[in-house]
Amino acid sequence: MSSDSKGAIFLDNASTTAMRKETLDAMTPYFLEDYGNPSSIHSMGRTPRDACNHVREIIGRIINAAPEEIYFTSGGTESDNWVLTSAARKAGKGKNIVISTIEHHAIIETAEALEKDGYTIRRAPVDADGIIDLDKLKELVDENTALVSVMTANNEIGSIQPLKEIAAIAHSKGALFHTDAVQAMCHIPIDVKEMGIDLLSASGHKFGGPKGVGFLFMRRGVRLEPFMRGGAQEEGKRAGTTNVPGIVGMGKAAELESADMEEKMSKISELRDHAIERIEKEIPFSKLNGHRTKRLPGNVNFSFRFVEGESLLMIMNMNGICVSTGSACASGSLDPSHVLLAIGLPHEIAHGSVRMSLSDRNTLEEIDKAVDVLKSALEKLRSMSPLYEDYVKKERCKDVI
Amino acid sequence: MSYDGVYSEKVMDHFMNPRNVGEIEDASGVGTVGNAKCGDIMRIYLDIDDNGVIQDCKFKTFGCGAAVATSSMATEMVKGKTVQEALQVTNKAVMEALDGLPQVKIHCSLLAEEAIHAALWDYAEKNGITIEGLKKPKHDIND
Repeated sequence: MSSDSKGAIFLDNASTTAMRKETLDAMTPYFLEDYGNPSSIHSMGRTPRDACNHVREIIGRIINAAPEEIYFTSGGTESDNWVLTSAARKAGKGKNIVISTIEHHAIIETAEALEKDGYTIRRAPVDADGIIDLDKLKELVDENTALVSVMTANNEIGSIQPLKEIAAIAHSKGALFHTDAVQAMCHIPIDVKEMGIDLLSASGHKFGGPKGVGFLFMRRGVRLEPFMRGGAQEEGKRAGTTNVPGIVGMGKAAELESADMEEKMSKISELRDHAIERIEKEIPFSKLNGHRTKRLPGNVNFSFRFVEGESLLMIMNMNGICVSTGSACASGSLDPSHVLLAIGLPHEIAHGSVRMSLSDRNTLEEIDKAVDVLKSALEKLRSMSPLYEDYVKKERCKDVI
Repeated sequence: MSYDGVYSEKVMDHFMNPRNVGEIEDASGVGTVGNAKCGDIMRIYLDIDDNGVIQDCKFKTFGCGAAVATSSMATEMVKGKTVQEALQVTNKAVMEALDGLPQVKIHCSLLAEEAIHAALWDYAEKNGITIEGLKKPKHDIND
């Protein structure tokens, strides 16, 4: 069985996920019949407005927040931009913002833009497993820190951060704590109260919702200026006509995904661990990236020496398997993924990395097929690699001596 | 960047079925260019006869799909040519033979040209000859 209608084995669920038919069905009436604008005072605005408020309740229940603390946006990127930009502007240029070195580009590039405008950004390093260094973070956070932003779980290597401890460090100096939970929402448990989260970004299409919709959780009492201006939607915090079908779809997906989260987590982690075990046993010169246990249930990320990621990805794709890579060649830049460099991988090893991100739609057969293809692709590419040739010759010399 | 539908059919063919992969023992000239930091390394082996004709050409490449395809095409193009003719196998010619490359991959075709030049330079040095028009390769791996 294949997890994709086109016959492909889709192991790229961290990039996006499939939507269930039920989710689409929940959205349809808001295109065709209840298409009214929730901001309208007349009767056509009522049903869409109620539907959106119902989604606030669903999401609030999942992360232990009040419905009024949920603000709909166009997705994780907008939510991240909103938090960083508004927090910086509010705090002023004398203050600083602390982020980690492995944040998503939505945070990294917004931080760089703010830096150009004269704001101070500090970057907290991570260890070799991609977990934030709490001691270093403590040194970086001071009385002038307005905001600490550390992602819940990393999109490339899946490492899950100690949010509670990070929040405590931020709060001890009076700073706000924001987390980009795009990869974590509906995949691992999140409790904003218990974890001390003030702000949280999430995106609907990462958990079975439609693309182009997400939300920002903003704790009651936290006041951020709007990022999108031009209307009174979302209590005047986020202007723009409400994306009703999208929001309804995101709500339905959240409901479905979180219903049996524990069960799904254990099923997906079993697939993940099977893949990791086979790769480590059967493929030489491979290195697991990210923490072995503090890791998203669906994340498998390996670096393979002597090969380059894009060519590996191409061979896998020709064999019907969709994965992703942190190689520079795949992104059109010269540097490989900033996350892989941040965990200390040398460039040439970072270039040879592959991420498989699994969902509960994947089967054991699919994982086995993917590992089989990976194995033969690596054999082929290594036989063509001058780096492998040099390595083998060097080893042979050692034998002779 | 996506490659599905971005690479030409010829690039895909040369990537999936690369020609002339391998090594040549006691090669007349070997050239390695690029560096692992940038994610592309090409090594070209040349077997050149007494008349200065390239009898055989093999390659090994660490790199993306475009790097592998340009290596494969470049080896095809220099085989059977004289040293002087091989110098005319430019990156542009390799690219055209592959029906083009995406903008961000054009540097890969430069590497192929450089790798041939580096192998020819090695051949010239080994034999104490000067090849007219050949400059010392720039992209040496040890630079």
